[in-house]
Amino acid sequence: MNIIERFEAVDRRIIFLLIILAVVIPLLFPIGLKIEVSDPVQRFYNAIEELEPGSFVLLSAEYDASTMPEVYPMNEALVSHCFSKDLKIVSIGLWPQGVSLNQEAMEQGAREYEKEYGVDYVNLGYKAGGIVVISALGEDIPTTFPQDYALRPIEQFKIMEGIENLDNIDLIVSLSAGDPGVREWVMIAHGRYGKNVCGGVTAVSAPAFYPFLNAGQLKGLMGGMKGAAEYETLLKQTGTASAGMDAQSIAHGLIIFFILFANFFYFMGKRRRR
Amino acid sequence: MRRQGPLIITFITGAVIILQYFIPHRPFSDLQQLFNTWFLVIAVFALILGVGNLGKIHFERVFRRRENWPYSIVLILGFIIMFGAGIIWGIQRGTPFYYIFWNVHIPMGSTMFALLAFFVASASYRAFRARTPEATVLLISAIVVMLSRVPLGNFIWKELPLIGDWIMAYPNMAGQRAIWIGIALGVVSTSLRIILGIERTYLAGK
Repeated sequence: MNIIERFEAVDRRIIFLLIILAVVIPLLFPIGLKIEVSDPVQRFYNAIEELEPGSFVLLSAEYDASTMPEVYPMNEALVSHCFSKDLKIVSIGLWPQGVSLNQEAMEQGAREYEKEYGVDYVNLGYKAGGIVVISALGEDIPTTFPQDYALRPIEQFKIMEGIENLDNIDLIVSLSAGDPGVREWVMIAHGRYGKNVCGGVTAVSAPAFYPFLNAGQLKGLMGGMKGAAEYETLLKQTGTASAGMDAQSIAHGLIIFFILFANFFYFMGKRRRR
Repeated sequence: MRRQGPLIITFITGAVIILQYFIPHRPFSDLQQLFNTWFLVIAVFALILGVGNLGKIHFERVFRRRENWPYSIVLILGFIIMFGAGIIWGIQRGTPFYYIFWNVHIPMGSTMFALLAFFVASASYRAFRARTPEATVLLISAIVVMLSRVPLGNFIWKELPLIGDWIMAYPNMAGQRAIWIGIALGVVSTSLRIILGIERTYLAGK
């Protein structure tokens, strides 16, 4: 076996080891690469900034543990932004696990900004049905969610006074890792009820939402950990996303190196075989 | 009638849902709300059905000692513990459900997804080859977008994120739009076929 064939058939455990090092070393010793804010994230931020204090944001959590490293930092940053502007958060989950994850992010934000459950924010929990739940919210929120996530009647919460349907909501934010998610909110909440919708999605699914963004159906878009890191930059905070950007940068760089390196040996081998 | 009944129900429900979109007034708006409520109730029963089916498959696997049956015990125990903890104590902070969710489920779920990074890296080394001109274009655009999505791209060359944004906003968007339009047309035609009773596979193909 010559050197070209050896490089072509490198042991995958070496690749795995290099990836571990590429992720762990920057986490232990941050490089501090500068994070530039992209236009979709700036638009997301502006959509929140434009709201008057006391406005209602409907925050829908459609993600789970597997996509938490990407989406949860968005959740934290968004809640922090909303509470810092004295916005009210009414949250739901179209994915069961999104409810607990979102609740944790809101409780963290509430401690930081001294917000009270039931007055400044509420979690209405999970409802099965996906797109039909959104359609039902457009007609009647208290009927669709008569209790919060802990099975308490929503009439006892001050925040729910006067909230009948999506007409009373000023902005909808969907943090999603799949279906049902941002697409369904755009289709029903924006398409049918004319509500402004912003989306936070995983990096791998972000390209699919550019048509909605450029058509104005989405007011703003956060894509993956990078999107969350950009949002943290706008908030002048250093959260988990910003901390992870160095590791992601090096991992991306390493994967690109693998592609170029493997292609170089592929062409060398091809030439040799000729 | 066993075949015609579901077809009539499907036709009426589908027709009303379409009509109320264009005529959002009574009686169509009321009917839509009613159908929404019915759907939400059915969706809950579908969940129960799903759980029942999952339980049946795994209990059977354990009793018959089929391949990988010990994993089924883990699944059944996991389900019973989480379900029981959620029903008895609720899911709020400080409950057993909360503790297990944050200290067992979340780390395991994140770990499973994190493993993808290793497979992506391995696949990028072994499979991503510039064999054809099309593959070369894909490879170059993938490299540019990957670099532009992380601060490293900006560090290497300030213009790189702009090129990445351009790829996302034009070639990517054009392709995505074509896909979405195709999907939408497919959904419309399939929905019409179901509403009109031409497509009957949901009736077990009869």
